[in-house]
Amino acid sequence: MALSRDWMYENNGGTCVAIAGADYCVVAADTRLSIGYSIYTRDYSKICKLTEKCVLASSGFQGDIKALQKNLAAKHLIYQHQHNKQMSCPAMAQLLSNTLYFKRFFPYYAFNVLGGLDNEGKGCVFTYDAVGSYERVGYSAQGSGSTLVMPILDNQLKSPSPLLLPARDAVTPLSEADAVDMVKDVFASATERDIYTGDKLEIVILNASGVRREFMDLRKD
Amino acid sequence: MKLDTTGLESFAPLHGGMDDLHGELWAPPSFDLPVCADFDGFQKNAIQMVKPAKGTTTLAFVFKEGIIVAAESRTSMGGYVASQNVKKIVEINPHMIATVAGGAADCIFWHRNLGVKCRLYELENKRRISVAGASKLLTNMLYSYLGMELSVGTMIAGWDEMGPSLYYVDSEGGRLKGSRFSVGSGSPYAYAVLDNGYRYDMPLGEAAELARRAIYHATFRDGASGGVAIVYHVGPDGWKKLSGDDVKELHDKYYPAVQVPAEQEMMQITPL
Repeated sequence: MALSRDWMYENNGGTCVAIAGADYCVVAADTRLSIGYSIYTRDYSKICKLTEKCVLASSGFQGDIKALQKNLAAKHLIYQHQHNKQMSCPAMAQLLSNTLYFKRFFPYYAFNVLGGLDNEGKGCVFTYDAVGSYERVGYSAQGSGSTLVMPILDNQLKSPSPLLLPARDAVTPLSEADAVDMVKDVFASATERDIYTGDKLEIVILNASGVRREFMDLRKD
Repeated sequence: MKLDTTGLESFAPLHGGMDDLHGELWAPPSFDLPVCADFDGFQKNAIQMVKPAKGTTTLAFVFKEGIIVAAESRTSMGGYVASQNVKKIVEINPHMIATVAGGAADCIFWHRNLGVKCRLYELENKRRISVAGASKLLTNMLYSYLGMELSVGTMIAGWDEMGPSLYYVDSEGGRLKGSRFSVGSGSPYAYAVLDNGYRYDMPLGEAAELARRAIYHATFRDGASGGVAIVYHVGPDGWKKLSGDDVKELHDKYYPAVQVPAEQEMMQITPL
C-alpha cells in the first residue's frame, strides 16, 4: 500500500535472528533496506545496542524502528539516572513490550528480537509481535525471511518446552562458535529464497567478555 | 420529593488529596491515536498488516474440590505458528489465575494491569480482592476501549470468601459468572468432551484428566491450537499447576498406534 494520509507504513524487509547459549547470545541481521522491488541501501544496520548486555534487532518499517530505538534509549537513560545502574535484559524486555503496547492503536511496524545476557550471565532471547506480546525463547527469527529460517532453527535447536512439568532449560547446547556458524548458514539459505534478504550479514555476539561484531558477505542479487 | 442519598455516599478518601502517583496508577492508560479520516478502516488494515499473535483454546470449570483451568500453548500470526510454548494461564496473585484467549498482547497487558489494580486494592483495603471484584475491574477497563478492536476473551478463576468463583470477561463488554466455560477457536471441540464427562462430584484426578482430554481434542481438530496442554487447579489454599503434557505424547497415550498385520508379505526370491 502506498503512503497516504490514511496509511503511513512501509515495509523495508530484512531478517533478524538471535540464538541464546549457556553463556553467550548471538544476534544477527542482514543489512539490506528495500522499498518494494528497489534496494535503497546495502549497508543499513538493523541492530541497536541498548545496554552493555542487551541488543535489539528489528525488521519491518525502519522509520518506526528508529523512533522505537530512540524511545527505548531515552527511557533507559532515565532508568540509569534513577537507579544508578543499567537495565537488565529481562527488564528491557518488559519495557519494550510496554512501549509497543502503548501504541496498540497506531502500532510500531516493527518485528523485534531482543538478545542479551540475563542477571546470571546466561543468554536470553525475547521475541515479539508488533503490539508487544513477548516470550523468552532459546532462539528466534523475525522479518521477511523468518518463515524460511525458523524451520531450520527448529530442526537443529528445538528443546523441550518450558511449560512441561518438570520444567527444562530453554538455552541451546551449542558452543558459541557453532552458533555463529549456524547463523551464517541460515542467512545464506534465507538469502537464496527471500528477495528482501541479502547483501551483508551483521553478527553481534554478547558474552562475559563484552560485545563483539562480525560481518559476512551475502549474495547481492 | 428529593431522595435521601446520604446512605450511598462512600467513605473513601476524596481524590483531591491524592498525589500524582496514585492517580496515575488507578487511571486507565492513555494511548496514541492516529490522525486519519477513517479510524476503523485504519485499525482493520493495521491489524491485518501486523497480524498480532492470537491464542486459542482455554477452558475452566468449577467442581466440588475447586476449579480446574486448562489451556494449550500455541499462538498463530495469521497462518504461521508464532510459538508452541506460550503461557496462556497467567497468575494474578497466589489465589487467582486468568486465561488468555484472543490477542496475546492485549490479554497479557490487561492482565498485568489487573494485577496492579488487585494489589492496590489489597493495600488499600487490607484484604484480598474477590473474584467478582477483579473481573469487574477488568470489564470496566476494557469497556473504555469498546469498538476499538481489542481482542480479549478471558476467564478469571479464584477462591475467595464466597468459595470457588469463575467469571468470563471479554472485550465486547461481556462478563458472566458461571461454572463451565471454554473460550477460543477450539472451544467447540473442548466443550463437546467437557460437557460429556462433567460431574460436579468428580475427584481431583478425574477432573484434571477430563480437562486434559478436552484440550487434547481441541488441539487435534483445531489448527490454531496445539503445543502443550496445561492444567491448573485452584483450591482453598491457592492455585497449583498440575501438569503440562505435549499433545503429541497425549495422542500416543490415548490412541496408541496399532500394528496392522500385513495381508500379504513379499518373499525374498533367490536368483538362480
